[in-house]
Amino acid sequence: MINVDLAAETVRDLNQRLHDLPADTNERAWRIVNPKGAHALVAGLDRPVEVRIEGHVGYYCAGMNKQASVTIDGHCGVGVAENIMSGAVRVKGNASQSAGASGQGGLLVIEGDAAARCGISMKGVTIVVGGSVGHMSAFMAQTGNLVICGDAGQSLGDSIYEAKLYVQGKVESLGADCIEKKMTPHHIAKLERLLAEAGIKADARKFRRFGSARKLYNFHVDHADAY
Amino acid sequence: MSVDPRGLRPSATFPPNVIAEIQRAADQGLYEIRGFGAKRKLPTFDDLVFLGASVSRYPLEGYREKCATDVWLGTRFAKKPIHLKIPITIAGMSFGALGANAKEAIGRACTEMGTSSTTGDGGMTEEERRSSKTLVYQVLPSRYGLNPDDLRRCDAIEVVVGQGAKPGGGGMLLGMKITERVAAMRRLPVGIDQRSACRHPDWTGPDDLTIKIQELREITNWEKPIYVKVGATRTRYDVALAVKAGADVVVVDGMQGGTAATQDVFIEHVGIPTLPAVRLAVEALQELDMHRKVQLIVSGGIRSGADAGKAIAMGADAVAIGSATMVALGCNKPVYIEDYHKLDTEPGMCHHCHTGRCPVGVTTQDPELQKRLSPEQGARWLRNYLSVMVLELQTVARACGKSHVHNLEPDDLVALTVEAAAMAKVPLAGTDWIPGNGRF
Repeated sequence: MINVDLAAETVRDLNQRLHDLPADTNERAWRIVNPKGAHALVAGLDRPVEVRIEGHVGYYCAGMNKQASVTIDGHCGVGVAENIMSGAVRVKGNASQSAGASGQGGLLVIEGDAAARCGISMKGVTIVVGGSVGHMSAFMAQTGNLVICGDAGQSLGDSIYEAKLYVQGKVESLGADCIEKKMTPHHIAKLERLLAEAGIKADARKFRRFGSARKLYNFHVDHADAY
Repeated sequence: MSVDPRGLRPSATFPPNVIAEIQRAADQGLYEIRGFGAKRKLPTFDDLVFLGASVSRYPLEGYREKCATDVWLGTRFAKKPIHLKIPITIAGMSFGALGANAKEAIGRACTEMGTSSTTGDGGMTEEERRSSKTLVYQVLPSRYGLNPDDLRRCDAIEVVVGQGAKPGGGGMLLGMKITERVAAMRRLPVGIDQRSACRHPDWTGPDDLTIKIQELREITNWEKPIYVKVGATRTRYDVALAVKAGADVVVVDGMQGGTAATQDVFIEHVGIPTLPAVRLAVEALQELDMHRKVQLIVSGGIRSGADAGKAIAMGADAVAIGSATMVALGCNKPVYIEDYHKLDTEPGMCHHCHTGRCPVGVTTQDPELQKRLSPEQGARWLRNYLSVMVLELQTVARACGKSHVHNLEPDDLVALTVEAAAMAKVPLAGTDWIPGNGRF
């Protein structure tokens, strides 16, 4: 275990150390204390390391993550795991807005709540939220899965493409071109796998599924009111 | 029976093109989406002229006395600023909007000329990375194709906030051009009308932008120059805020800037011309004591070495060309006339990039049409054109007595129209009058 105290070391030095790790590194377990809301913490990792951050973090923690497994034992600011490519990021607390924005792969787990625009522009990531999400979540979501164990705010899935949304609680409203779809045994089985991967206990049979009506994929004047 | 022409009186409010557009809208129920750039008449660099040297200043000998053209970009914070041989770069144009051959041709020509090319909304292709010695990688609101590997293998990063053709709007790529390869890079269904976001998904405003730039620097270990590109509107404030946010380079794109597909109403009615935008950007940098420390790249309707020289004289460090690049590659060339006719247009008036049926193989994903532009031939054309631009630029700089093009200054310019004098803040020719400078 490598311990890093951000009261004594800068984010720049820490990120550089992590970026400089060779592909076959043995330095695979990292513990970071005193993050004190720092931005861009452990951003751009591309090694199969396990990083545990004890405390709250600022914007873009674990941004563009590849391979690494990052656990944040606290709350996080805007854009946690934005554009994540692979690996896993787990937030033990709550997440601010734009969590997992444009994520292209990997897994983001938020054990608490996520604010507005969770999963905005997502492109393949799986996001599992133990609590609720704010408005405009999954806006322009292209592919991937967003699992919401609590409630969803206004305009869920606005202008959605092919992403799959699962919600256990209430949905305040659906956005343009987002509709409820049938929850088949296939989808229940898939959701059970997603929940198991995320380590979140919930009954997949209690979820509803949402996705694209695909009516806005091509411009048509009769759909102008939807925009 | 013939019509008596004395009774024909066209309406200035409803000229034939306005009548045609209203009836097209009524017929089709969609606003016009098209490519190219603004077609309306605007104040341009043509409204300025250089004051060549004579008795009060002496010129440099053409072909004999050196007139340097190199430029450094990204000297503020980046560990690895880029050094270009010429101050004329290629603006961002996406793979998707352009075909792979066009992108490769651009990369080859830039490498041969010692300048940079830029990716676009859709990510980086292997062809353009391979062919471009210096490649600027755009980070756009859509985040199509964005990944940390390409961030690390580019030479500079351009955070795109806006584009001159549509400041405040997102990109478009109509279904005809969303082929399997384009769709896969963007992770979209094949054949949809793609609407890019107009705002970034994870930041809004200058304070967030500061942190976003910090993240990009952290991911790339502070090596890459970071540009911020804005469409010209409230240019003074946007440039100041980009500098405050930590940009190494600011790119200002005037309303003459081109597009592959945008609503006509956006192209013609949103934004300000390049001419006042340059002056506003330079003033913002000077107010912050950042002129020449944060470099300024100007784009939007740059067509010649004279245009480049005037932008540089007004304070730009470099220019970027997009539409002119396409024209050099054959856009609107009078060949394959029958294919222009299939698009209901003529060479010289084509703006049908959005259809994907580009007659000259530049803005198309169609394999057969793309064969009309080979990377080798395209690179040769673009290299020739860039060489001519540089020779023109050196010619006017030497005429003004400058041994480096960056020694050109506003004092070397006068305006031919009152409007241009006011916008560029240079005197009306033959006077010492600059409208708006506190004197009548």
